[in-house]
Amino acid sequence: MTRVYVSQDMAAVALGADAVAEALANAGADVVRTGSRGLFRLEPLVEVEMPEGRVGFGPVAAADAALVLDGSHPARLGDVAAVPFFARQQRFTFVRCGVIDPLSLDDYEAHGGWRGLAAARAMPPQAAIDAVKASGLRGRGGAGFPTGIKWQTVHDAPGSTKYVVCNADEGDSGTFADRLLMEGDPFCLIEGMAIAGHAVGAERGYIYIRSEYPFAIRTMREAIARAASIVAPFVLEVRVGAGAYVCGEETAMLDSIEGKRGEVRAKPPLPAIAGLFGRPTVINNVLSLAAVPFILSKGGEAYAAIGFGRSRGTMPVQLAGNVRNGGLFETGFGITLGELVMDIGGGTESGRPVKAVQVGGPLGAYFPPSMFDLPFDYEAFAAAGGLIGHAGITVFDDTVDMAHMARFAMEFCAHESCGKCTPCRIGSTRGVELIDRLIAGEDRAADAVERLPQMRNIARGTRPAEEEIELLRDLCDTMKFGSLCALGGFTPYPVLSALDHFPQDFGAAAAPISSAAAE
Amino acid sequence: MNATRNDRSIAGDATHADDYAAVVARLVEDMGGEQTVLLPMLHALQEEFGYIDDLMVPAVASALNLSRADVHGVVTFYHDFRRRPLGRHRVRLCRAESCQARGAAAVERTATERLGLRMGETSPDGRVTLDAVYCLGLCATGPNAMIDDVPVSRIDPATLDRLLGDLMR
Ligand SMILES: Cc1cc2nc3c(=O)[nH]c(=O)nc-3n(C[C@H](O)[C@H](O)[C@H](O)COP(=O)(O)O)c2cc1C
Ligand code: SF4
Ligand code: FES
Repeated sequence: MTRVYVSQDMAAVALGADAVAEALANAGADVVRTGSRGLFRLEPLVEVEMPEGRVGFGPVAAADAALVLDGSHPARLGDVAAVPFFARQQRFTFVRCGVIDPLSLDDYEAHGGWRGLAAARAMPPQAAIDAVKASGLRGRGGAGFPTGIKWQTVHDAPGSTKYVVCNADEGDSGTFADRLLMEGDPFCLIEGMAIAGHAVGAERGYIYIRSEYPFAIRTMREAIARAASIVAPFVLEVRVGAGAYVCGEETAMLDSIEGKRGEVRAKPPLPAIAGLFGRPTVINNVLSLAAVPFILSKGGEAYAAIGFGRSRGTMPVQLAGNVRNGGLFETGFGITLGELVMDIGGGTESGRPVKAVQVGGPLGAYFPPSMFDLPFDYEAFAAAGGLIGHAGITVFDDTVDMAHMARFAMEFCAHESCGKCTPCRIGSTRGVELIDRLIAGEDRAADAVERLPQMRNIARGTRPAEEEIELLRDLCDTMKFGSLCALGGFTPYPVLSALDHFPQDFGAAAAPISSAAAE
Repeated sequence: MNATRNDRSIAGDATHADDYAAVVARLVEDMGGEQTVLLPMLHALQEEFGYIDDLMVPAVASALNLSRADVHGVVTFYHDFRRRPLGRHRVRLCRAESCQARGAAAVERTATERLGLRMGETSPDGRVTLDAVYCLGLCATGPNAMIDDVPVSRIDPATLDRLLGDLMR
């Protein structure tokens, strides 16, 4: 019986992989369901075991089963790993994703699994922490905080009960790497968490997965059950989110796990000192934890050997939106934004010119192609008025209206605000109204309250667009410096970058003000 | 999925308080009675009954030793928990940036026109609920939707029209 591999990743299924797998099974093939290799243009992708190795075909329709099995399907790719999109990558974290059966312990072990955990358990906790420090690994969830230092803090914190929490809330549009890994190589995350548990002295871990990821929830739960005896005495549990973006913020997540509203906590205390149930807690993103097995098995130096400046190792970059080669591209830091979008991404799928890319999700800045020489590096992006975040890149063609995207950023903030602080809760709604007026091109007349005689320090006249834009900048300033967390604090990034780089979309009034305010 | 329960609720049958208490008691046996199980418990209740009836709140509160206000606060904080039943089918359209970059707005327009519903509304006959979702993690192949439990990528107005037609049959 011919063995074939078909992805059961949610993205592949959304493109029809289940029907393809069924057709292949009906045609007599032995179907193994894998995760996705990560180039969605090829999904549903089928790999057939042939004498020369695994031969890929994609995309494949259910009706093509016979052509695939006899090797005559026109979309024959040969060895999938040799397809340029994959050949150019450096996969440290995603080596197994798309290759193995995600829930097969045999596959995992045969492809290098559990070696990091074995190495970690053979050394004292401090040595494991030192390896992570030596790797230079920084948090992949957004803030880029050094993972080894976070672990050290938890390790050093007094107390016998500690926790490891994996942040799998992945709410940013344009990102899907956490999902791909949990669906395609769940044991890798489990291994990383078990190593973290050993390093900091925690015996219990939680994986908080957003409810929008039903496939990942199912796969992780099953993987945890199968790996329980291997990671024991470390115990893991999946917790399912409930549709609140803000629960991706680490302290809101802790409250959510505790059974409360997901409201952001003031820091200090840091979660590393007083986190879940008041105990010292490591909170890391999926990708941070999944990088750890490599670091422990190959050594921190091997991970740190590639990268750029203070950004060491690899980043699983996600190419999304209107892009031809959308998918997961794991590569060393330092590659430029333009290489990612144009060379690897292949430009827009619509074939129209790229107008803007948003990097780092809904709180990330919009960049025009004139900034495509930016190297992918935490510091370089910060200096350019943006952030890497979770490394999602959303590509837009020239039909996008950037005033509309700025409005959406404010609207999203209003929709997802936890409500704890005023600049975010109220400011975002005022921001939507302001941008609405700019889009409508209407000067704003003074309202009834503003016309009251006792309102002495207020402009009574009509407010022209120039002043509205000044007000929008002022509002962004208040949100940036007056918000407790990055939801309110970073929403100004997409808004101001849209205004600065694409003033023409905000009406004629925007251009002169933006240059005046820039100094 | 929960068609029969939903139908009953739609019919205005609100005498479930005992039902709820029994189910909550069973869940406590499974999960324990600490506050930390509140979200898993609400998910389980919603899975079983299709929504979080206001009558469940006192049962949950007393089982977990919380105030009703605590439970109510949690139910209303999270977008996932609904206090009304859904339609028998649920169409969720992604509205986030990457899907917008690929034409989600046109798909949303088609859906609202075809169903005569605004986002977040359920048709008067209880057949279908139209909802927004902010990212499904399928961001390279949008516009995306979840139709009941099935993810669908690369939707355009024509495919959506066909999919909605299937639901309405
Ligand atoms: C509004 C908001 C949403 C966030 N969403 C996520 C998320 O979905 N996933 C994530 O890993 N971090 C998210 N973060 C960052 C976390 O607060 C935290 O920095 C991260 O989980 C730490 O892990 P790391 O050091 O491994 O990156 C979010 C932060 C904010 C303010
Ligand atoms: S900035 Fe917004 S989301 Fe963050 S704590 Fe304040 S109100 Fe909550
Ligand atoms: S933006 Fe629609 S799936 Fe991510």
